[in-house]
Amino acid sequence: MQGYIYPNEFELHWSLLIVLYPYLTGLVAGAFILASLERVFNVREVQPTYRLALLTALAFLLVAPLPLLTHLGHPERSYEIFLTPNRKSAMAMFGFVYAWYLAVVLLLEIWFDYRKDLVGWARAARGFKRWLYYGLTLGATDTSEKALRFDDSAGRWITIIGIPSAFLLHGYVGFIFGSVKANPWWSSVLMPVVFLLSAIVSGIALVLILYMVTTLARWKPVDMRCLDKLGQFLFYAIVVDFSLEILDFLHRLYESEESIEILSRLIEGRLFISLIVLQLVLGTLVPLAILGLTSPALRPRPLIRVPDELRRLLYLGSAILVQIGILSIRWNVVIGGQLFSKSLRGLTVYKVEFLGIEGLAMALGLLLLPLLILWGLIRLLPPWQDPAPVPSAET
Amino acid sequence: MIPDPTVPTGPGLTPAPSDGAEPTGSAPQPNPEEVNRREFVHSLAAACASGLPLWLGAIRVPAQDPGPPGAPGQDAADHWYGMGVDISKCIGCGRCVYACKVENDVPMEPGCFNTWVERYVIDTKGEAVVDSPDGGIAGFPSAPLDPNVRKTFFVPKLCNHCAKPPCVQVCPVGATFITPDGVVLVDEDYCIGCRYCIQACPYGARWFHPTKHVAAKCTFCYHRVRQGLRPACVEACPTGARIFGEIEGRATPLARFVRFNDTQVLKPNLNTRPKVYYAKLDMEVR
Repeated sequence: MQGYIYPNEFELHWSLLIVLYPYLTGLVAGAFILASLERVFNVREVQPTYRLALLTALAFLLVAPLPLLTHLGHPERSYEIFLTPNRKSAMAMFGFVYAWYLAVVLLLEIWFDYRKDLVGWARAARGFKRWLYYGLTLGATDTSEKALRFDDSAGRWITIIGIPSAFLLHGYVGFIFGSVKANPWWSSVLMPVVFLLSAIVSGIALVLILYMVTTLARWKPVDMRCLDKLGQFLFYAIVVDFSLEILDFLHRLYESEESIEILSRLIEGRLFISLIVLQLVLGTLVPLAILGLTSPALRPRPLIRVPDELRRLLYLGSAILVQIGILSIRWNVVIGGQLFSKSLRGLTVYKVEFLGIEGLAMALGLLLLPLLILWGLIRLLPPWQDPAPVPSAET
Repeated sequence: MIPDPTVPTGPGLTPAPSDGAEPTGSAPQPNPEEVNRREFVHSLAAACASGLPLWLGAIRVPAQDPGPPGAPGQDAADHWYGMGVDISKCIGCGRCVYACKVENDVPMEPGCFNTWVERYVIDTKGEAVVDSPDGGIAGFPSAPLDPNVRKTFFVPKLCNHCAKPPCVQVCPVGATFITPDGVVLVDEDYCIGCRYCIQACPYGARWFHPTKHVAAKCTFCYHRVRQGLRPACVEACPTGARIFGEIEGRATPLARFVRFNDTQVLKPNLNTRPKVYYAKLDMEVR
């Protein structure tokens, strides 16, 4: 501890689990926005990732509330958020935003997209699986051209509603932090926008990683046009996100309010590794340089020409670095915002415990859980649309 | 052993009379001077004449202090409570911190304080060094006599029971609320323990109860106030540095305190409208 902190600031109140919450929600929003590129904006190149992105969004959305729930002092009372929400509270809207996004947007879109396949799988399968797939069709087994046209049109409309919903979901998470006027590190009107942009960055990077890993694991060729396009979008998203963060930084520096001194000490000391090294250099500048120099989607003759194999690795490396960077952003916001005293006179420390309900082991478990769920979802609803798909043999 | 702070056991613990002290409940004694009959009739007539506009409703007398705050049977909506703190009277003894812990069953562990005392040591260059060991519960170790010290003082801190409390605004389930008499409370049977209110409080006045797993804070000793008693910290203060009572009105102890002192609130720029008023507050205090 350095300087003076209020006696009640003896320990941090939002721990590692609350770092995961915006990270996971951001991945959901980002993956969905990537999926909508294909659906609404007809970006054909990223079509191979469409269904994978939707399932990824669903898997991560299912896990997103778990860190919050685990963190609550009384999780058994959490339903009160639905029953007696305080309409003036930003956090009270969580349940409704979440339910809207899960039930109205994501599940419906996946259902409309998979319905034809579900009917086919129900007819081809035997035993329990047959009933399972039949159940998932909800009895809608009409596969006439008219019905399929309706599916397509409904899916498109849901995506159109889904884009602002995804913006709402993650912009809202940013608002939870950005609206805390007591905390100068959080209180910023740019916070929801920065959260949203970083969500898009993380979602694209995650789907890129998952697409490469799942394709290679199935011994299928990776679609380089798709990868290049993903790399291009990733580059643009990072540029916009980075610009906004720089704007926020300059704004704070130029305004130089009462808190600037303690925030400078925070960045130079406690957050140096996670903000300067991980977030800025490794998570932003290095991926920007790699993508900017090598991506043929950005300019037909990239500054450095690299063969496809190497470019795949560079994309994968960049996407992993981006994930580290985004997780660092969440850490820097959530933990960083609690490392200085509201008296603006001192800094405190946060020690992550390994075991325990809010420990590192739990956090790692919650990070792996969506991947496990995704694996289950992929087995149930194979997203691959290879030339000759054989659903049962693919997983 | 430190005695029960709610029961004055010595002269040092009896609240010192001050311009902010509450009435003790006894009726004012009649003027012992002799009054002859003629003067009495004159003054009675004058009193009636001056009271005529009042009787006709032409002038309005502001509400008077209805006696001890929150006496039994009184409607909470008739009150609007706050606290005054006279910085120059605080000696940093920490009795208020101890009294609060005992009265409100606040755990004696770090990070659990409804109220605490800060010590400011400001050097000749204007740099402030602040400390509050264990919330100042056992007083403060002597500071070395340093010729470069410009001034030192103590600042008792507590929940400001803001009129526009950000903690109440952010609570997702409405477990923390403001009472009709202006006291911010937490319903511990309803709080889900999300700790958003702790983040939203600019004053660090909220803490997380280690065994009940709910947000906790100063209640202005609401259980005492509703029975016509004063908060434990006010009772225990040997110098009368804390004045509790009605903010509204003109003749209440707190209203008089605010009237006769230049008072400030903490972090006024955040527009939380705190109801703890500090007299002789230094600009270094945040």
